[in-house]
Amino acid sequence: MSDPRIAGASVTHFGKHPERTGRDLFAEAGLEALSQSGIDPDDAEALYYGNFMGELAEHQGHQGPLMAEAIGLDVPATRVEAACASAGTAVREAVKTIRNGEAEVVVVGGAERMTNIGTAAATDALAIAADDLYEVRAGMTFPGAYALMARSYFDQYGGSHEDLAHIAAKNHEHALVNEHAQIQQEITVEDAMEAPTIADPLGLYDSCPITDGAAAAVLTTEAYAEEHDLDAPVAITGTGQGGDNLALQDRPHLAQTPAADKAAEEAYGDAGVGPDDVDFAEVHDCFTIAEVLAIESLGFYERGEGIAAARNGETTRDGDLPINLSGGLKAKGHPVGATGVAQLATVAWLLDGSHPRADAVPDSTVGVAHNAGGTVASTTVHVMEVQE
Amino acid sequence: MTESARDGEYDEWLDSIESDDGYYLECSNGHGWLPPRRVCPRCHDQELSAVDLPESGEIASHTTITVPTPQFEDDAPYVTAIADFGPVSVTGLVRDVDPDDVAIGDVVGIDVGERVTTGDRAVVFRPR
Repeated sequence: MSDPRIAGASVTHFGKHPERTGRDLFAEAGLEALSQSGIDPDDAEALYYGNFMGELAEHQGHQGPLMAEAIGLDVPATRVEAACASAGTAVREAVKTIRNGEAEVVVVGGAERMTNIGTAAATDALAIAADDLYEVRAGMTFPGAYALMARSYFDQYGGSHEDLAHIAAKNHEHALVNEHAQIQQEITVEDAMEAPTIADPLGLYDSCPITDGAAAAVLTTEAYAEEHDLDAPVAITGTGQGGDNLALQDRPHLAQTPAADKAAEEAYGDAGVGPDDVDFAEVHDCFTIAEVLAIESLGFYERGEGIAAARNGETTRDGDLPINLSGGLKAKGHPVGATGVAQLATVAWLLDGSHPRADAVPDSTVGVAHNAGGTVASTTVHVMEVQE
Repeated sequence: MTESARDGEYDEWLDSIESDDGYYLECSNGHGWLPPRRVCPRCHDQELSAVDLPESGEIASHTTITVPTPQFEDDAPYVTAIADFGPVSVTGLVRDVDPDDVAIGDVVGIDVGERVTTGDRAVVFRPR
């Protein structure tokens, strides 16, 4: 079994591109990833592609073969949908395909077009990742769902909106040098505290923006990389996925994300590492409270202690465990179906030193990507390591 | 969806709440769920029986939503909450109370109301 090497990766600028089709966004990322990999596209054997709201935003289903065509591949192509974890789940399928010997070269990616339908329709489209009968019909939005989780967290463990504001300020600061980021604007804790409320206690700066964008990566075997003299020092050494009840109301805890616990445990076990070995992580901070829940599920913090990590400077770029050096979903943007692969690309670039924030984690060898779907009813965790 | 189409056991459950005869489904190990449900996802038991829903529940978490979906445009701002009713929890709209006065632990009753925007039925909690 060979741990897949990342031979090439690319993300488009994340932001508002209402005039660009999903296929065009994905073509940009996919073609660049293939070009960077140095691999002959004829050697690609499969495409796994993440997308969530294509039917609603573009009236386009069956996007797998469409996207293969967009990057010039004639391969079996499968769209993977797990809400905001669609691309992370696509990565997992690509890893399994390479590990089980079915293919030597697999393209994995994702794209989402969201801004063309406007904020209200995008909010509506995102909401269908929740339980329609029991949550959406009771007025649940995704900011609303995470607000319920945040209030429950504060009630059980303590913490405040000001703690969350420190997470927002941190991630905005991290994004300042990321040319792919949707928001390259510094904000203060006070800015975040004073921003308009969306679903209390969460405000505008507790929420990721609505984003268009795409990401792609080319994975291959160690043997193929050696045979073709590829520059592919980063391997995906651990993969994990966990699930949970779809509706928040059916879970024993509103302030914990056991799907992420399960995914992390599986990924760490697969890689043979533990949370103490991790140098940095890209986590799914669709809302500031989500970052707190993620770093606790990943085992970096005990329950109730993750809330203060940003305020204490522990997860900032000069802290012991930098989280979301890309700016996270919060500032980098969250084109839903692309996010998991964008995280993969970011971790690879931080490990190989080519990311603009790589100076924050010099000599790092282990990075983690955590991609969550819905209110964390789906989660993937991937461990990436620099190979000798 | 045609005008006459109903969502099976979900609409039957709403009917039961509306007629003050609310219920939930319980497996033989005491795990509670809302319909439609054929199996307990916690213990795989398929012997689910209808049990009377407690008359009152307790708010577990709540939020006032100011940026709604189009289906709730005229409802906003509104309070959505999860309330615990014994072995089951239910998500609903909190009515008849100032949003600023809603708190975790508040005791509420369950009812069916109308969404302002669409007139569709929705689960509603009111202070008791």
